[in-house]
Amino acid sequence: MIINHPILGPRDAQEFVYLGDASLIQRPDGMTASIEAFHDYTYLRDNSAGPHRELWYHEQGDRSWLVVTRNTLTHEILKVELARDVARAEGRSR
Amino acid sequence: MRYSGFRILKEALTGHKGWTPAWRDPEPQASYDYVIVGGGGHGLATAYYLAKEFRQARIAVLEKGYLGGGNVGRNTTIIRSNYLLDGNEPFYEFSLKLWEGLEQDFNYNAMVSQRGIINLIHTDAARDAATRRGNAMILNGADAELLNRDQVKAMYPFLNFDDARFPIKGALMQRRGGTVRHDAVAWGYARGADSRGVDLIQNCEVTGMRIENGRILGVETSRGFIGAKKVGVAVAGSSSRVMAHAGMRLPIESHVLQAFVSEGLKPLIDGVMTFGAGHFYVSQSDKGGLVFGGDIDGYNSYAQRGNLPVIEDVIEGGMALMPMLGRARLLRAWGGIMDMSMDGSPIIDRTPVEGLYFNGGWCYGGFKATPASGWCFAHLLARDEPHPTATAYRFDRFLKGLMIDEKGQGATPNLH
Repeated sequence: MIINHPILGPRDAQEFVYLGDASLIQRPDGMTASIEAFHDYTYLRDNSAGPHRELWYHEQGDRSWLVVTRNTLTHEILKVELARDVARAEGRSR
Repeated sequence: MRYSGFRILKEALTGHKGWTPAWRDPEPQASYDYVIVGGGGHGLATAYYLAKEFRQARIAVLEKGYLGGGNVGRNTTIIRSNYLLDGNEPFYEFSLKLWEGLEQDFNYNAMVSQRGIINLIHTDAARDAATRRGNAMILNGADAELLNRDQVKAMYPFLNFDDARFPIKGALMQRRGGTVRHDAVAWGYARGADSRGVDLIQNCEVTGMRIENGRILGVETSRGFIGAKKVGVAVAGSSSRVMAHAGMRLPIESHVLQAFVSEGLKPLIDGVMTFGAGHFYVSQSDKGGLVFGGDIDGYNSYAQRGNLPVIEDVIEGGMALMPMLGRARLLRAWGGIMDMSMDGSPIIDRTPVEGLYFNGGWCYGGFKATPASGWCFAHLLARDEPHPTATAYRFDRFLKGLMIDEKGQGATPNLH
């Protein structure tokens, strides 16, 4: 798979480490969230068949985190964004 | 029809006119007592043991494609019970005992071959871990044996014993482990279930679940609504997709695992060998092909095919262990979809929906578990309580901190 890095251009997926569903960006507040909310965040996944937003870390490159939208039925990569931009758009300060 | 040597002789003398199809192809009825979703190894085994061991009831197995067309035909056919932890080892040993009596039990030749499995050891620490694992196996009634370097060398003289990174110092052996003809497992269970009245309904995909007041009433399928008192889902690989019909999110990601077979070779490897440090394992099929595999690709996938980097990685592992592999040609590579659970262990449990039961999360270890998985799931469906060997495989173990970390790497959901 070739991941079209927003800054570096097309890079081989082998340069990346995979983390999983991009909803992991939305971590519950550690001071207020319930145990159940943390259980759901840590262990449960939508695991969708079709377009899947997921986190890839460019370990062998510029060490940026990316949000890659990829079809899990075909491995086709539909969209690549910097995770920083996604998190900020979702209201995270950093 | 009962299969036997006498039957073969009789048919041979009468022009093979007496053979009948191994199972019926029935139309689905309006409702059943039990509906098993998934006509793979685990689903068929569940139906078989439910009909044979637990109760006479109206049972159906619903399969979206054809029987045994999923992971039961895509694995590398290995059976073993070399686990360490209390939650696992009794279950897998129960499974191995069922394998040992399986062919007589369901009157079908599944080519169960207890040719022995070895896990290679490269360091003192690995020998300590293997000793501990072997002792745990023996305590649970399984067999285990620690081999030294010379004993391994006598079995497989062609291995790269003096590799600079992973010199071979010995192995943990389980002689009762081995291989089974995987398709025949599905066929044997299918035939056994069918002959006990189970309806095996193929080309019947579950497209929804009818749930009222927290109770399941049946499943919507591509062949219409089928009512059921109890529904058991055994569709590992697609678990999240099916259970989403009941509004459930699972502690599971679907990943692709590749496997490989070489061209047919003369007899070379008479057992099963795992090279864990090199992420490689291998056995030789009765047709002569070296059957081998390694790691999952490592990203969510439902594609049933992987990518080239993992093929390269697996074959590098193989070359490090047995350099002669470089002379063989690769015949085929294929992929199967694994339910990768968050702690690497399976789930056989009730769900919050009354009458709906779940079996899945088998990671890359589902094949060897097939008989015990079917037996334990049938036990749960029939008696509403877990089988004594499967009490740890609960959904709530993640919430309660009771994960079954067979690899000893901690409860990291990023383990896979």
